[in-house]
Amino acid sequence: MSFDTNAFLIIFTGSLIAISCGFLGVFMMLRKMSMTGDAISHAVLPGIVIGFFVSGSQRSLEVIIGAGLLGILATLMIDWLRKKARVQLDASIGITFTLLFAIGIILVNVLAYKVDLDQECVLYGEIAYLPIDSWITQNGLNLGPRITWLAGLNFVFVCGFIYLLFKELALTSFDENFSSVMGLPSKGINLALMSIVSYTTVSSFESVGAILVVALLVVPPATAFLWTKSLIPLLKLTAVMGVLIALLGYYLAYWIDSSIAGMMVTVAGVFFLISALIHSKKPLWLRGTSPHAQPLELK
Amino acid sequence: MEDFVYFFTFQDPSIAWVVLGITLLGVGSAYVGTFSFLDKKALLGDAISHAVLPGICLGFVLAGEKNPVYIVTGAFLSGAVATFLSSWLKRNTKLSEDTIIATILSVFFGFGIVLLTALQKSGNPEVAGLNSFIFGNAIGISESDLLLYGGLALAIILVLTVALKEFRLMVFDPEFGKAIGFPMKAITFLFNVLMILAVVIGIQAIGVVLMAALLITPGAAARFWTDRLNPLLILAAFFSVVSGILGTYVSFVIPQMPTGPWVVVFLSLFAVVSFLVSPKSGMLFRYFARKKYLTKTHREHLLKALYKAKENGRPGLTIDEIYELYPFQKPETKQSITDLEKLNFIDKNQQIIDLTSKGVTEAMRVVRLHRLWELYLNESMNIAPDHVHDSAEQLEHLITPELEAMLEQRFNFPALDPHQEPIPRPEKK
Repeated sequence: MSFDTNAFLIIFTGSLIAISCGFLGVFMMLRKMSMTGDAISHAVLPGIVIGFFVSGSQRSLEVIIGAGLLGILATLMIDWLRKKARVQLDASIGITFTLLFAIGIILVNVLAYKVDLDQECVLYGEIAYLPIDSWITQNGLNLGPRITWLAGLNFVFVCGFIYLLFKELALTSFDENFSSVMGLPSKGINLALMSIVSYTTVSSFESVGAILVVALLVVPPATAFLWTKSLIPLLKLTAVMGVLIALLGYYLAYWIDSSIAGMMVTVAGVFFLISALIHSKKPLWLRGTSPHAQPLELK
Repeated sequence: MEDFVYFFTFQDPSIAWVVLGITLLGVGSAYVGTFSFLDKKALLGDAISHAVLPGICLGFVLAGEKNPVYIVTGAFLSGAVATFLSSWLKRNTKLSEDTIIATILSVFFGFGIVLLTALQKSGNPEVAGLNSFIFGNAIGISESDLLLYGGLALAIILVLTVALKEFRLMVFDPEFGKAIGFPMKAITFLFNVLMILAVVIGIQAIGVVLMAALLITPGAAARFWTDRLNPLLILAAFFSVVSGILGTYVSFVIPQMPTGPWVVVFLSLFAVVSFLVSPKSGMLFRYFARKKYLTKTHREHLLKALYKAKENGRPGLTIDEIYELYPFQKPETKQSITDLEKLNFIDKNQQIIDLTSKGVTEAMRVVRLHRLWELYLNESMNIAPDHVHDSAEQLEHLITPELEAMLEQRFNFPALDPHQEPIPRPEKK
């Protein structure tokens, strides 16, 4: 097969997005906040629509700011419902994201004649159009696809964020009380993580869609977690898986002519299922007298 | 206004049908949702509602058209697979529940999107209708659809009503149910079936993404008004039906509006109002109750201070002395002085504040409770005399007359507290 620039660009962008989401997802999962990630990715919709309405374009700073604010608002609202109104956690997540998402959909419909924003585009995105949508400077210099740049920028942000705050993130994820005692602003770190999750959601929603971002946030970390328990291998495995699902997802989607983002998630789901089957507790008749009974090797 | 009358008099039989359908659906999903909310499994409903999408697409592929029976069956089956997978993963892997739910939800939805996109690219004109499953459109439901959905909703309501006792056991105490011989596994299974069914019939009207609200929000909102199961179910159903009808009305008046989001907005409105104003557990209520309690304690502390001044042989305290006793609380102190004057507990005599005879009786009561509690802690709980003050400072506002009588009897009307201060009692006439 000859080298296909478009395919390469799509896979490259997909991998970037999958890795950024996966890295953040690892910490979300360790904090038992996977569903909060889901809630945020739904809740940014009204922010996107309002930002779009104010600025008139999908590529503006306003969209990112609007979505970021809504993401933080969602986190605060969940917290408020749980602590101040004393609703149980799962219900407060459910109420928050459905309300914000409903408002988003209503806004899309209200502003439909002013905003060229497709519900479906927001929901599942289309990474396949990426090579057409180039970033051209004023002197007509073609710098390549805009979304790839966005994804790259986001990737740099996420990696920088995790690199700089690694110790703090790890500590607050595993032992929040201890980190508070140590004097770390665990609430602030939590909010920072949520804001970067919202930012990632926004910058990915054009290509993979708001809902499938959730899959990239949750599934690769969950799969990696089935194979390892320590943090660094967890991050590495997540990254490898991100690249793999982008690669396989693209070619499978190309083969049956369907949504690339959806296919990436499906591939991730298959990986997850296989890992779960391998690492689940086996029924007795399968276990037999196999090497499972042997003691673990010490390194 | 014309629209309003036209809609709510149900002249148009199709509107009457849709409202009937929404009512049945609302009641059914509110019932199921309330149980799952009480069982702390609210988000499983969200996972199921996303997970039915591939089933809908497969049902469509098999039927070749938008046949409700195929679609409902397909949706039901894929919802069942998702439910089974999530409980299997929970039992057999080390993943936490929220990770499992988020995984199932997104993977099934992703797969559904793959199928949906493939179908859309296949060029079948009927596919356009499938999109309504994502956001829901109650007005677009045909009468034959309605018969199926309404019948299923009715079946859910009936089963839940007939087996109310069993489901109550499942939610509140499954171990006890098992012990007295109920087949709890079968009951849980039946409940899961009902939940999937509720989701399947709901998505046509509300849509895949927002179906979770119809399950979670009514129960959560109703929970603020009552502690009993039956009123809870009725109230949840009421919230759900009213929001359903209002949402349908909006999408009837403004045709380009989808029904689902409006239903959710109305439901959330009910929920937020409940969180704020419901008696006992509402935020406003709790805020005012706390404020009332704080002013009461402050008032009683003031009375106590005045009484102590009297004990030391002083005629009363000046206002400035009182302010100095409670630094940084000047407005509260001022309020307390006004309140006490109104209650006729204190007299203001040229900047000097003194207790009236009524005030002395009340102050004696507070001081007596304080010192009785100190004595109790010291004598019966073996706490050192220098450690008992703080607890007494709080309990003096709470001890009831009954408890006071018991303490008095226990120590046989003691004269002194652990700090050798007299325990005051009004003189017997």
